[in-house]
Amino acid sequence: MDFLRPASWEEALAAKAEHPTAVPIAGGTDVMVEINFDHRRPEYLLDLTRIGELGDWEVGEETVRLGASVPYTTIMERLRGELPGLALASHTVASPQIRNRGGVGGNLGTASPAGDAHPALLAAGAEVEAESVRGSRLIPIDEFYTGVKRNALAPDELIRAVHIKKADGPQQFSKVGTRNAMVIAVCAFGLALHPETRTVRTGIGSAAPTPVRAKDAEEFLNAALDEGGFWDSGKIITPSVARQFADLCSAACNPIDDVRGTAGYRRHAVGVMARRTLTWTWESYRATGRDAHEMGGAA
Amino acid sequence: MRVSFTVNGRPQEADDVWEGESLLYVLRERLGLPGSKNACEQGECGSCTVRLDGVPVCACLVAAGQAEGREVVTVEGLADYAKQRAEGCGTGSCGTPLDEARRWAAGGTHSRTGEGTGTVPRATLSPIQQAFIDAGAVQCGFCTPGLLVAADEMLERTPNPSDEDIREALSGNLCRCTGYEKIMDAVRLAAARQSEAV
Repeated sequence: MDFLRPASWEEALAAKAEHPTAVPIAGGTDVMVEINFDHRRPEYLLDLTRIGELGDWEVGEETVRLGASVPYTTIMERLRGELPGLALASHTVASPQIRNRGGVGGNLGTASPAGDAHPALLAAGAEVEAESVRGSRLIPIDEFYTGVKRNALAPDELIRAVHIKKADGPQQFSKVGTRNAMVIAVCAFGLALHPETRTVRTGIGSAAPTPVRAKDAEEFLNAALDEGGFWDSGKIITPSVARQFADLCSAACNPIDDVRGTAGYRRHAVGVMARRTLTWTWESYRATGRDAHEMGGAA
Repeated sequence: MRVSFTVNGRPQEADDVWEGESLLYVLRERLGLPGSKNACEQGECGSCTVRLDGVPVCACLVAAGQAEGREVVTVEGLADYAKQRAEGCGTGSCGTPLDEARRWAAGGTHSRTGEGTGTVPRATLSPIQQAFIDAGAVQCGFCTPGLLVAADEMLERTPNPSDEDIREALSGNLCRCTGYEKIMDAVRLAAARQSEAV
């Protein structure tokens, strides 16, 4: 095994181009587990922790450009206003020790269906900034996850950052596990209200081969909220609408039975989380967002 | 490969390090500092918790090469680290030399007998270590080093922690003797003593 230690982003891209099998390592919270358990013996480890800019973030007009290695702890503490869904999801990652090291770049690189960041990224709307010596591109988050632990990265590409839409309304994240810390999600659900476009977006974790959106549920809810004038009136969402939304979210799952839970349980739990997160976000919208929206501003 | 880094305030080198080796292995097997415990090797148990550039991390999940040039504090250096934090470091002889760290043993005062328990005369305990002894928070002792490092860092950051703060800060450290209540007592005790001292 060789330990490659690029001092700059350009050097890292050159190293990845020269050794496409090199395994990038930043926080190490996935990669080191595999090495410790002899599940993986990469020819090259590509250490990204010397590259300072991967730990930086920029808050722009519409998006946050979040460096691939910004630790979950920092997202929780510094970006709760701009990225409330991701901040909530970050808080459910493992333990303080892990949150101090791990970041969204690793979650995306591993592309486990159980990664905690994915539902929040899907719900908020995001693009993955992938770069190689050939150039840089933005991959829409909906096209990023291609299979179980597979993503759209080319062998010579590295994740530089993820561009996440700043919240324009309330966001929520919910996760089912056996305790409140050190838990891999049995299943998880993210929901974001987007009052500016009068849309709702969702993200489902650990209940399909990849993280997915519940697009039918989103379409149904968008239409129901629009037809009922809910965005303007801010009235309580009709229970039958919430129930139909929850059922459609359950239907968007394609789960398996495994040691953490059965497929049936996951489908049911996703529906419950969908209804709850919708209620929580809608209550926030009613409390604060509606007035701002009626005055023409963002929530 | 060779890894050069600072351990408990003193520069150290480890040679013949395998590229896939963890920081924990280097600390325990190459530097002879077995205070950080090796249990789950997957970041679940927290018994290998050390400070890396001040931040609590699982040493089993840090590749040894990633520690190059960084500063590590282990449980063996915790007493000196806490002392220097409280008193500052004016003498230029900060940190814990490797040979002393290797021989480090708890030299606190037994809560019932009042007698010293340590075998090495040095080893004044850090406040969190003394509080663990006084509160009876040590049973088999395996999880204790990680808990001490994590709890000490929390008290540095949050001098007057709520129970929720303590629970969250220690949520990545497992105790299989299930001594959590005593551990909570110990951290509350250390926090109370810390605020009295100010």
